[in-house]
Amino acid sequence: MQTSFTPEQLEDPHVAESEKILRRCVHCGFCTATCPTYVTLGNELDSPRGRIYLIKDMLENGRDADEEVVTHIDRCLSCLACVTTCPSGVDYMHLVDHARVHIENTYKRPLADRLTRSLLAAVLPYPSRFRTALTLAKFGRPFAPLLRRAKLLRPLAAMLDLAPRSVAAQPTTMMRGAQPIRGIRRGRVAILSGCAQSVLDPGINVATIRLLARFGVEVVLPEGEGCCGALVHHMGRESEALDFARNNIDVWIREIETKGLDAIIITASGCGTTIKDYGHMLRLDPAYAEKAAKVSALASDITEYLATLDLPQQEPKRLTVAYHSACSMQHGQKITLAPKLLLKNAGFTVRDPAEGHLCCGSAGTYNILQPEISGELKARKVRNIEATKPDIIATGNIGCMTQIGSGTAIPIVHTVELLEWAYGGEKPGKLRDR
Amino acid sequence: MPEAIQFLPPRQDVMSRRATIINDLRDLLPADCVIHEARELVPFETDAFISYRRMPLAVVLPRTTSQVAAVMKYCHRYGIPVVPRGAGTSLSGGAIPQEDAVVLGLSRMARILEIDYANRAATVQAGVTNLSISEAVGIDGFFYAPDPSSQLACTIGGNIGMNSGGAHCLKYGVTTNNLLGVKLVLVDGQVIELGGKHLDAAGYDLLGLVCGSEGQLGIVTEATVRLIARPEGARPVLFGFATSEEAGSCVADIIAAGIIPVAIEFMDKPAIEICEAFAKAGYPLDVGALLIVEVEGSEAEMDATLASIVDIARRHQVMTVRECQSATEAALIWKGRKSAFGATGRIADYICMDGTVPLRKLSYVLKKTSEITDSFGLRVANVFHAGDGNMHPLILFNANDPEEAMKAEEAGNEILKLCVDAGGCLTGEHGVGIEKRDLMRHQYTSAELAQQMAVRSAFDEGWILNPSKVFPLEGRG
Repeated sequence: MQTSFTPEQLEDPHVAESEKILRRCVHCGFCTATCPTYVTLGNELDSPRGRIYLIKDMLENGRDADEEVVTHIDRCLSCLACVTTCPSGVDYMHLVDHARVHIENTYKRPLADRLTRSLLAAVLPYPSRFRTALTLAKFGRPFAPLLRRAKLLRPLAAMLDLAPRSVAAQPTTMMRGAQPIRGIRRGRVAILSGCAQSVLDPGINVATIRLLARFGVEVVLPEGEGCCGALVHHMGRESEALDFARNNIDVWIREIETKGLDAIIITASGCGTTIKDYGHMLRLDPAYAEKAAKVSALASDITEYLATLDLPQQEPKRLTVAYHSACSMQHGQKITLAPKLLLKNAGFTVRDPAEGHLCCGSAGTYNILQPEISGELKARKVRNIEATKPDIIATGNIGCMTQIGSGTAIPIVHTVELLEWAYGGEKPGKLRDR
Repeated sequence: MPEAIQFLPPRQDVMSRRATIINDLRDLLPADCVIHEARELVPFETDAFISYRRMPLAVVLPRTTSQVAAVMKYCHRYGIPVVPRGAGTSLSGGAIPQEDAVVLGLSRMARILEIDYANRAATVQAGVTNLSISEAVGIDGFFYAPDPSSQLACTIGGNIGMNSGGAHCLKYGVTTNNLLGVKLVLVDGQVIELGGKHLDAAGYDLLGLVCGSEGQLGIVTEATVRLIARPEGARPVLFGFATSEEAGSCVADIIAAGIIPVAIEFMDKPAIEICEAFAKAGYPLDVGALLIVEVEGSEAEMDATLASIVDIARRHQVMTVRECQSATEAALIWKGRKSAFGATGRIADYICMDGTVPLRKLSYVLKKTSEITDSFGLRVANVFHAGDGNMHPLILFNANDPEEAMKAEEAGNEILKLCVDAGGCLTGEHGVGIEKRDLMRHQYTSAELAQQMAVRSAFDEGWILNPSKVFPLEGRG
């Protein structure tokens, strides 16, 4: 696609990168077909091609973001289905990242929107604050219907709806440092404790650690690591995102340089996509570029790592699992087969729901910030999943688990919880009465 | 240097009433169906023929036939041009608007209304994507045959406008051969039905007229299309040749032998490299040209057809013959082929030509095409429906270099004239749009063009429907 940037504009490395991305696009329109918001809203402005064009127009003209552009960029889930579809290899992810930062820097959102975003950014990445907020949500829940009546307060209602009825206790096994292993030592990995997942469902990482220990992989939980930065990154709050990234990089590099790491394991694919992008996010920071690239290269989704361990085949279980591939898993990290093969190998019957490429509407904080579109996508996703008549739904991302779980009675668990069970661990709590 | 393609000058009476028109459209349709802010209009200024761009006056996205009818009635009354748009994937600029036009987008009319296996037909809204019809009936063993490479995204309404083809049309025919009926909103807002589920209709074949009329005779809002039972099996086979000429003459011999495979697709060396880099389908990289031949039927049928084709290919010194071993491999082979245009975007900007030539002239036209692009100092990649003689030279250029962009257009025009002079035609499946409009005189005599324009005028006397397209701007009478 033709672009028109001045040499002065191209001196900004972010603009220069976006220009390169735009030059790849041939405007063929294939991306519209697999975009969840285009499929839902039927408006090209809410499609990747439309957004690319809006971004191009804004950047070329060196314009501040305005309400129209913000509306359509905000509706993007960053599911990256378009990146999977695009035959020309347009790097939409980094283009929309740039647009979000530009919006954050040049556009003043309405007060209620600003407050909601600040609240999310101040709470979600910090487990202790998040836990407190969930406890408080219990008292706020009766007000949800009231909040839903005012358009600008709907995100608050959505937050209350999504908050789990009970908050899981902190398991005692989640101690810091290295965890003991069984048998021959096959590797040493760090696991991301992260933020929201550790509060919403601490059992996922417990299952991961047990499973890895069973196969001789030593797991360390290095002190000081925290949120990967994805939540604020997707809001365009770049300096906060980079601070989170630098903090984690420091922690992991220290571990790499002392005892060494074979991998950095991530059990939430949303976080995985971001950590794998640290190298890119910090490419312009001379103090961190190299270290960030190193960390990104070591980052591995748990299923990606398990696939290298050659786990033994298990007896069939007579349980049908609908596998929901999170967008960050299939589009962000291009991991499509590994989780399903692991589940099949562990004895489960695996089903692929129709329209598997479409987002469930969770998308980080999207289900809070865009509750209407998110709700439509959730209903569509649940319909497709339930049509496969599964006993269990498995997925690899906490966001999808919360989102889909709030729309169906079928239990939804993390892929690794099923694997841990199949290889001798406890039956996941949610399946106990099945 | 040729002149850039012109659009009709905007009608000043329409431009000066812009604010009123937008207000009126907002009265006619729900608020979220009218787009009029300048920022939001920009993404509608072009389609997949991206070298040309014009801002529209407004965009409307109706949800029902009666809303479409209301818009048409209004625009007809005030002489406001209307440019219909499906998914905006046209490669000939069929959906590019103009400053005084309302873009009528059908993207929100995307429901499948009825599937009727007993009559082998499906009735769908015009904004339904081509592929989603086959997806909806695939589970029951049926499909909709015409398969443009953009089938993932392009709409059935757009397919009807352009009489689109596709790789599998060699055996099953193009859109017009698979279209049974339409609901058509006439220029003044009246709604009529043409055809039905039967093979022939009483009176004139107006359906045949509408198919391929590029949105100039009315707005199709619903279509009834033929469903076909999926064959027992299908197998794409790769045939590699040393040269494009050899591959081209092999195609003519296959067809002349009375064999009609489902598809015979051609890729030259540059195209193979582009597609392989994207799809990793295992296309041979050591050949000069590749044919993807798909046969279908029972195992015995496929084996027999293939054996005859292999015999013919041997006479043309075929270098490699590779049968595909699995469904995954077959899917990758087609994915690579169908993504060829977009994948070309990885290495350069391109314009995609679409001419048809008699099969015996394939080799000659391929050779001449290279000579033409060479003479302009440009590169070309050829990937096309060889069995139909429907060529798609992709002329590669740098869109940020205006001089090279004009050269690419000029080379394109030369190639299309070459197709006509070789006894072929300007279009295969992409339609005329604006791209080939000014070459129509090369194809048709004045009397032939006048007859087509008379038909157009019979449907749309004021020429408000997609007015800058199809017919050269001068001599419209």
